[in-house]
Amino acid sequence: MTEANLTPEKAIANLLQKEDLGMRYYAAWWLGKFRVATDEAVNALIQALEDKEDRAPDGGFPLRRNAAKALGKLGFNRSVEPLIKCLDCDDYYVRESAAQALEMLNDTRAIAPLMKLLETAVDGEELTKYGKGTPLGKPHPHEPYEAIIEALGTLKAKNALNLIKPFLKHPIPKVAYGAARAMYQLTEEDSYGEILVTALQGKELQLRRSALMDLGAIGYTSSADAISATFAENSLKLIAMKGLLESAIAKETEEKDSIHPEAVKIMELMDSLL
Amino acid sequence: QAVQKLAAAQSPEAIPTLIQVLGFNNPGAAVAATEGLINLGEIAIAPLMKNLDDYNYGARAWALRVFAGIGDIRALDLLISAATTDFSLSVRRAATKGLGNIQLSSLPPEDIAPTQEKIFRTLCLTIQDGEWVVRYASIVALENLTQSLKAFNNNYLIPQIVEQLTLLSQKDDEIGVQTRAKLALTKIKQEV
Repeated sequence: MTEANLTPEKAIANLLQKEDLGMRYYAAWWLGKFRVATDEAVNALIQALEDKEDRAPDGGFPLRRNAAKALGKLGFNRSVEPLIKCLDCDDYYVRESAAQALEMLNDTRAIAPLMKLLETAVDGEELTKYGKGTPLGKPHPHEPYEAIIEALGTLKAKNALNLIKPFLKHPIPKVAYGAARAMYQLTEEDSYGEILVTALQGKELQLRRSALMDLGAIGYTSSADAISATFAENSLKLIAMKGLLESAIAKETEEKDSIHPEAVKIMELMDSLL
Repeated sequence: QAVQKLAAAQSPEAIPTLIQVLGFNNPGAAVAATEGLINLGEIAIAPLMKNLDDYNYGARAWALRVFAGIGDIRALDLLISAATTDFSLSVRRAATKGLGNIQLSSLPPEDIAPTQEKIFRTLCLTIQDGEWVVRYASIVALENLTQSLKAFNNNYLIPQIVEQLTLLSQKDDEIGVQTRAKLALTKIKQEV
């Protein structure tokens, strides 16, 4: 099966049939990838969130993971409740995809259920053993904390602040960066942006990339110089800088119709990265 | 860090090693090697061109960046074809930017205006690229082309460039691209 011979109708039919599991899995991905934002596609994907046939060796639900991701991209409000239900799924990766999709749908109904997943991880101002640990034999923490925290930041969940703050000290760097990103979005305090700026000097390329994307997502304009100086691909730096540029453009200028000096500076740096 | 030292040495003897580094999947080292080769200038062009066909895409992208940074006229056709047809957006981006920096003074005087026009026509294509970053690079290149047009007193293309930039400053899907076009217009008008 290739992209060329799949149509929205065919993909929906493939998703609804029961015989070929591989075809369903591919169809769910395809509908998201090509943004087939129709009622039929959304209905079929919501139905796929409750699939019991497609099981991974680890007991997970691959089709549900793809369907959740696709629903995030299609932007229909009525996927919010079914996705919230997925936060209770036994499969970690279904919960992660659902949290990411709920972030994209940007609907405040998701705030309380997402916060609930953080409660067992936090005791006062500290992380609990559960919050820092991993399930036996698994490569991931108990809950998809990075996705949950980033979603809460995007959803502007100010009441989640005390739950998120302890994650700044999480042993997995990407989770800690996610917390810094969300804390910045919720408080606009520079100290949280600076945590990510420091992370740009980390030893591992993967982590520098992650910090770059986080800085771009929050549009922390003071990080422009640090971004252009970090060791990473220019393509990624440019994407991050675009986030900064957009946030600088949104700032008010003294003269109407003039370009904010910060935006000019960011563009000069971007020019040199091309 | 070893690459940084080698690049800083600015010695032609380092060229083969620096070229080799472009092929490693190590962005930090490749950035340093690219800068080193750009600083060496024209002397790096021939050995790079000789090896180009054997490169993987990552290495091609870095090599194009070197060509773009040096602005040697021998790389013009390579940059034009990469800017308009390469499947990798980072190659199109680097090549497009490079088109604005081509040094024309080594050309016979009668070839300069036609070459500038050829660059302008190419940039009119890249400015319609589906990727924002290639459109952004096209704006930067058009701004630089304006400088070169003024330097050789070929001002007749400038109104067309202003027209293209004005369109982008109003209609591009990306606010960042719109704003870069605005900035380019401001700079061009200041210098007139």
